[in-house]
Amino acid sequence: MNVVAEALAWVMDPEKWSGPSGIGPRLVEHIGYVGLTLAIAVAIAVPIGIAIGHTGRGREVVVPFTGALRALPTLGLVTLLALLLGNGIVPPLIALVVLAIPPILAGTYSGIEAIDPDTRGAARAIGFTTGQSVWRVELPLALPLIAGGIRSAALQVIATWTVAAFLPLGGLGRFLIDGLAVRDYAQMLGGSIVVIALALAADLVFILIERVITPRGVRAQR
Amino acid sequence: MTWLLANLDQVAQYALQHLVLAVLPTVIGAALSLPLGWLASRHRVGRGVLLSASGLLYAIPSLPLFIVMPALIGTQILDPINVVVALSFYALALMLRTSADALASVDADLRLAATAVGFAGRQRFWGVELPTAGPVLLAGLRVVSVSTVSLVTVGALVGVQSLGYFFVDGYQRGFALEIAVGVVGTVVIALALDALIVLAGRALMPWTRKGAR
Repeated sequence: MNVVAEALAWVMDPEKWSGPSGIGPRLVEHIGYVGLTLAIAVAIAVPIGIAIGHTGRGREVVVPFTGALRALPTLGLVTLLALLLGNGIVPPLIALVVLAIPPILAGTYSGIEAIDPDTRGAARAIGFTTGQSVWRVELPLALPLIAGGIRSAALQVIATWTVAAFLPLGGLGRFLIDGLAVRDYAQMLGGSIVVIALALAADLVFILIERVITPRGVRAQR
Repeated sequence: MTWLLANLDQVAQYALQHLVLAVLPTVIGAALSLPLGWLASRHRVGRGVLLSASGLLYAIPSLPLFIVMPALIGTQILDPINVVVALSFYALALMLRTSADALASVDADLRLAATAVGFAGRQRFWGVELPTAGPVLLAGLRVVSVSTVSLVTVGALVGVQSLGYFFVDGYQRGFALEIAVGVVGTVVIALALDALIVLAGRALMPWTRKGAR
């Protein structure tokens, strides 16, 4: 239990939080990377998912593709792109966006597909155009499942940016990778505790968001 | 290509280690998910507690979990056991919901019929409930095995040898082909294991074969 005490002392030490490579700035970097990755992935995956769910076309292309992506090792993809495209944040960002797309895509098209055809018919019957039906009926009904997809993607992205610290990048993974290099287990364990806390906090925030954005009518049915 | 031929021995050795590091947690996690899933399928409160716990467990990122393991079970940081135990937890977390749902989906009438013809307790579980839940369990197992094979590679960052070693070594030497070999090898292992599970499922559950009905 000695090592745990040392790691907690490391996390609690105010000096470790400040400075350009302190826990505070690394935490901000990590959240920034994750937010950027998710924003790009959402901007790509949600429109495609809506199109697939709404038209029912393209499913047979996308489903096996997203399944195959699951088998791809994230560390391999990140290191390979870094070698091929050079240093900086862009190569790992591309790799992580690719990894974040499948769960968001799956959440979106299954959310739209799950809508009762009668509901969609009713929207058309009261005079909604296709665009209005998508924006004002289908999207709000699909939101909980879309948020669920973003939640899975977020957890995966938080984990993979930690692993990506193997490259010369910022983020919380630095403490884990650098700690191992100098055999400073207290720093590795302390850094791990901060990453785990971040992941669990993100998970809880997404659970709350899913609750809040579930339309009242849908909630009543469940 | 010459690199691959020259290093075939090492690739084969790491592929084998990779396979062992992936199969062990998959089997351990799936085996543990049965009694816990059974518990969750029988008790409403138990289901809530177990599924929430496995959800939180699955939210923990892999590399930090590998690093926390020595503090929890008293191993050395470079010990492969850390990776096996951590991945077993993930496999269990991923498999538990499937097991609970699969066992809960066994028709109550079927259970009564089994009881009526003399199956009881353990015999009924192994002879009737488990085979009936089999196809769903198999689908869950496939997801677990693919994701475990991929996660094993992260262990390379804490010195646990698998095909993931080629990502670390290839990057440090600036040699993209080596990384590509590791990526392709990992995908091949994932697909091979998946095919094996599907074949085992057909052998063990002949009634699920196409045209068997």
